[in-house]
Amino acid sequence: MTTKIKLNNLIWLGLPIIVVAPLLLPGYTTLMTYIWVMIVLALTWDMLGGQTGYTSFGNITFFGVGMYVSAVIQRDMFTSGIDRFERVSEIVVSLSASEYFISLGTGALAGGVVAVLLAVILGSGILGMRGHYFAICTLGLGHAAAEIASGIDYIGAGSGMVTPIYPEDVVLGKEIFYFYVFFLLALVTFVVFKKIYKSQFGLALNAIRDNENKAESMGIHTTQYKVAGWSISAFFLAIAGAGVGNVIGFIDPVEIAFAGPTFGVWMIVMAILGGKGTLWGPVVGACVLYLSKEVFWTYLLGWDKVALGLMIVVIVVYFPKGIFGWVEERKQFNKLTMSQKGDGQ
Amino acid sequence: MNILTVKSVAKSYGGVVANHNVSLTVPQGKIVGIIGPNGSGKTTLFNSIVGHHAIDSGEIHFDGQEISSMTIPKIARLGMLRTFQQTHIYGKMSCVKNMQISSDIDANWRSIFSPFPKEVDEMADELLAFVGLYKKRFLLAGDLSFGQQKLLEFAMALMKKPKMLLLDEPTAGVNPTLINGLIDRLRQVNEEKGITLLVIEHNMRVIMNLAEHIYCVAGGTMLAEGKPDDIQNDQRVIDAYLGN
Repeated sequence: MTTKIKLNNLIWLGLPIIVVAPLLLPGYTTLMTYIWVMIVLALTWDMLGGQTGYTSFGNITFFGVGMYVSAVIQRDMFTSGIDRFERVSEIVVSLSASEYFISLGTGALAGGVVAVLLAVILGSGILGMRGHYFAICTLGLGHAAAEIASGIDYIGAGSGMVTPIYPEDVVLGKEIFYFYVFFLLALVTFVVFKKIYKSQFGLALNAIRDNENKAESMGIHTTQYKVAGWSISAFFLAIAGAGVGNVIGFIDPVEIAFAGPTFGVWMIVMAILGGKGTLWGPVVGACVLYLSKEVFWTYLLGWDKVALGLMIVVIVVYFPKGIFGWVEERKQFNKLTMSQKGDGQ
Repeated sequence: MNILTVKSVAKSYGGVVANHNVSLTVPQGKIVGIIGPNGSGKTTLFNSIVGHHAIDSGEIHFDGQEISSMTIPKIARLGMLRTFQQTHIYGKMSCVKNMQISSDIDANWRSIFSPFPKEVDEMADELLAFVGLYKKRFLLAGDLSFGQQKLLEFAMALMKKPKMLLLDEPTAGVNPTLINGLIDRLRQVNEEKGITLLVIEHNMRVIMNLAEHIYCVAGGTMLAEGKPDDIQNDQRVIDAYLGN
């Protein structure tokens, strides 16, 4: 109980600090923005990967799809389509402030909706597979998506496309605006997921993780639950993708949108480091991994990846259930010893 | 009135015939037993009934419906549940959560955000007390002993308010003192809640006490059926068990 109270206090103290953070530490605004992004990535991966026990290597697909759908809508919503003779990767759209924000909002939402549709279609096909078979099946998803995107001229093919320039006449600067956007997205994702994990639906996901045969024999339509869980993840992940495309200002199919080796792997590593299958685990994991990555990169340039790898190995060896998984395990252990004392056995 | 009718069901795995021309009927509200040597096809028969695999030929009727081509969750929702020989519980969830998820939950979009209603929690507590696990309700199900897990699995099945339970060796691996309690509870459930039971059991003392009618399966076919006393004295049954 004590840890719970402390944690809640910490959150209430933390929220106002976070809100004024970009004013206090203007140099770190982008860094902090990326931490929010990472939290969303780790949280959404954990819905299927941790809570349901279905490791997916293909979630990056939804991230990229959200990014592209949003970018296309932002480009075409207020401008009269693209000239077929123009090189798409060189089109730079300038929008007025209201046009920019309206098209961004519409684009992000549309990206989320498209990602949900994709998750339902893909999920109905491959989520009938159990455990490792599903994991292997998702391995190629991101790569396939990148290949497809590289072949479509309308979205700049292999050269990618440029997202609209942030309007200059807005009081809030671009960096600060996106800091708050992603802070809000991370907060909403966290609160929504917290509610889900406490609901009937969340418990059904856990049941699938622990014993899918049993869940099925008790009348739970497991595939439907898995597809629904994946779709919820895809929605938030796609919105994050839409935002990241705008923060970077440039979209490329292999390096940014469907970046398996970076974003795609990080989201898995962060969730596992922090403790998969717990609510706070992915949040803690995202902060630890991203901050260490930045610190190592700053102070150990050249050896930074070695240091990061070493840190991951140490955490996995000494905390196999992740940082927060270890905390939960201690709590459960205390409960067990307490109950045994209570029984007088 | 028969709640379950199995008509000449056959099932083979490749060249191995696990069930051949197996028929049985279970009357509403009764306790029926299935015995037979190891590998005689009892569990295969259970798997066929609950829809775990398609049958090669034959018919299975439950509560007036042909169910042999339905999926597992659909049959479960009709009110027929099975427990497993090896315990199948949700090991990393507490006993209470195991019970909650076993209740009849709505699979609609609203369930994504709503927790379990109070009635479910009350029913879970009541049933956990019924099987004697109330004190352990906040422990992880995986930390319980094997016998306790069997009791939990039994209680979980009751959460669904089933019409019929298929129990695959409910007393295997349970210590002798717990077995007596378990038999009492099985009988209580049958009498008070009117749940029909179909029980596979190796423990002769248990099954002869519990069941009103017994089927003996051997070598994949139905060898004999009758009242417990008749079965006990049937020469074919004795031969099958002694391996003649």
